[in-house]
Amino acid sequence: MRTTAKSVTLAMAASVVALAAAHAQDDSLTIVSWGGAYTESQDKAYHQPYAEKTGTEILQEDKSAQALAGIRSQVEAGNVTWDVVDMLQADAQRACDEGLIMEIPHDEWLAEAPDGTPPSEDFIEGTLGDCFIPQILYATMFAYNTEAFDGEGPQTIADIWDTEKFPGTRALQNIPQKNLEWALIADGVSPDEVYDVLATQEGQDRAFAKLDEIRDNIIWWSEGAQPPQMLADGEAAIATAYNGRIFNAQVNEDQPFEIMWDGQMFEVDGWVVPVGNDDELELIKDYLYFATDTQRLADQAKYISYAPARKSSVPKVGQHAELGIDMKPHMPTQDENFQNAVQFNTDFWADYGDALEERFNAWLAQ
Amino acid sequence: MSDSSAASHGQSPSSTGSQSGTEQLTTADGTPLRISLRKAEARARRRAFFLVLPLLAFLLVTFAIPIVQMISRSVRNPEVSEYLPNTASAIQNWNGQEVPPEEVFAAMAADMEVGMENRTLGRAAARINREIPGARSTVLGTARALDEMSPPYKEAFIADDDGWTNLEFWRLIKRETRTITPVYYLLAFDYEYSPSGEIVERAEYYQVYRMLFLRTAWMSLLITALCILLGYPVAHLLATLPLKTSNLLMILVLLPFWTSLLVRTSAWIVLLQQQGVVNDMLVWLGVIDTDNRVRMIYNQIGTIVAMTHILLPFMILPLYSVMKTIPPSYMRAARSLGATQLRAFVTVYMPLTIPGLAAGVLLVFILAIGYYITPALVGGDTGIFISNLIAQNMTGSTAQLRLAAALATILLVAVLVLYWAFNKLVGVDRLKFG
Repeated sequence: MRTTAKSVTLAMAASVVALAAAHAQDDSLTIVSWGGAYTESQDKAYHQPYAEKTGTEILQEDKSAQALAGIRSQVEAGNVTWDVVDMLQADAQRACDEGLIMEIPHDEWLAEAPDGTPPSEDFIEGTLGDCFIPQILYATMFAYNTEAFDGEGPQTIADIWDTEKFPGTRALQNIPQKNLEWALIADGVSPDEVYDVLATQEGQDRAFAKLDEIRDNIIWWSEGAQPPQMLADGEAAIATAYNGRIFNAQVNEDQPFEIMWDGQMFEVDGWVVPVGNDDELELIKDYLYFATDTQRLADQAKYISYAPARKSSVPKVGQHAELGIDMKPHMPTQDENFQNAVQFNTDFWADYGDALEERFNAWLAQ
Repeated sequence: MSDSSAASHGQSPSSTGSQSGTEQLTTADGTPLRISLRKAEARARRRAFFLVLPLLAFLLVTFAIPIVQMISRSVRNPEVSEYLPNTASAIQNWNGQEVPPEEVFAAMAADMEVGMENRTLGRAAARINREIPGARSTVLGTARALDEMSPPYKEAFIADDDGWTNLEFWRLIKRETRTITPVYYLLAFDYEYSPSGEIVERAEYYQVYRMLFLRTAWMSLLITALCILLGYPVAHLLATLPLKTSNLLMILVLLPFWTSLLVRTSAWIVLLQQQGVVNDMLVWLGVIDTDNRVRMIYNQIGTIVAMTHILLPFMILPLYSVMKTIPPSYMRAARSLGATQLRAFVTVYMPLTIPGLAAGVLLVFILAIGYYITPALVGGDTGIFISNLIAQNMTGSTAQLRLAAALATILLVAVLVLYWAFNKLVGVDRLKFG
């Protein structure tokens, strides 16, 4: 009897090991991203050409909204299943500081620009992190459904708080980031002082008090695909959103949406590699070399209106792949759109994120 | 279960054996029947145990071990002692009244060097930053500049960043050197350590968990009450109507029960949202005008409506199974002895349904209190439960896994206590689950 038990246990253990080994050896990459139109643009610009070229199978997961927590728990449990993760710069900085993602020698891993400029000089200043390869520069800003307003829609951040002149539900993301900045700007703080004010107790109280003013007009979204949907359904008249998503709804779905560029907050998004992926490192490096070169980054802008993070890619941004419209005016970095832009401060949020997020969650649930 | 069946199998032949004569019976090979039987029984029992072994192993791996891990995680606090070991031991002699002496700073510098090398310093910094916003920059900023510094480190550190003179920072480090901490349980009840080390209530704008535990409890109670109110008459109808009609009714109860939870929740979204079916009807009927559509979802109403609907079968089915066994003659007897219909119902029928009612209440309430997906989908911000905040503490970019573990442990203990109390009150062996 005992020997049977033993052999069964052994057989079970062996099959588990065999399964794990099979998983490790197969020629596939698990790439985590944000889903929706954004993942689609990556799929067309990076994944499909790469799969065609090398035969690698690319598995996609739409988990980037929980990227930091996901990597943290995978690394802590010693069971890393994500190979390449699309992540915000602020989160990447934290993950890097906590040793959860690999350090990346950019000049060693990545392709040079066509004119021979090394990668470390080709990416936009201040966007390269120790563990981070920037991909795109995107904006979060307010957008509205033109059908929700008889006349002109809101034009400034202050208009967003004017529920008399611009009635209707506002859809905001259920995080403190950017909402608190906009609340302060609406309250009259000048954009370049926002973060100094928000670092003080009074500034934080002020931002929350300002949000309280429109609390009854707010519904919350958590995934980037939701705000265009909420605007289209009429559940919201105004929504904060990523500019690429609104662009997608405008051109691909003919939605009557308008982007309000005033007070747009831009930040960088890019790739990281969780630690514990040593078995597949060569494949990951090969993929990243391919997917972050000048042409590929410019290609992504054919499908979605995010600005490439490489300077050498900018002149190559052309027309939309299917619709033939010029993509340049839709880029958040276009002069006209960029006038009142605020740079999202990743350092500030690395320091104050915990406390403000906790307070924000408590505020939400009350 | 397997034990008792094995025993009962063994019993019948042995009892026939003793009946048939006083002479000791033996099997073909000469061993006494009793011994041979006992052997066979033992073998059967072992085999039965072997059959449940996979389930036991499964439960151990997927249920018992994770719960133990969760509980241990909720009190662990390894960051400072593990990633700043030199500082942790050097600071023990510090009196807490002025900026620590050079030896503490030197120990910190040594820890930083190792921590930058292994990239573990960020974890310690993240832990400290949670209590003192901005401390992360102080620690990591100075650590990056460490290469250009030379002893004495105290002056060098303070020159680099005046965050190093903050006594709260050092007191926190001293307090955080304990590897077992109650701090996550304090947080789970909206308390915290003050800078001087006393346990105090948190600032009002951080308080959320006590309120959410209470909300979860009262909303679960309300949902249970609604289920009784709606389920009792239905179960009674099911049990008393002629078979043909009651079968049809039963299907109406079971169909939604077999439908996916997500489908039913989404269906409620379609019905209740502001541009949804119910609002459209009300507008069409002229009860409300189109600018004042009622918000019935993404708030408490949404959670209560959807959850009552989803949990209703868990009330109806145990009630039905008990009501089905109550002979109609009892009620007739009561009536014939002069009781009114109401009196007969209250004094005869209702007490007999209590085992089913209690089972239904227990099922619905305990299921409700841990509900996650429905409140998350239709609860908006005022209709969420404690489980939603547990999830938030597990997934957000500033996830606090240990706080989530503490909250989950509290929820688990609360459910166990409730179950115990319920057992004292009603007696779990009296319950009938259908």
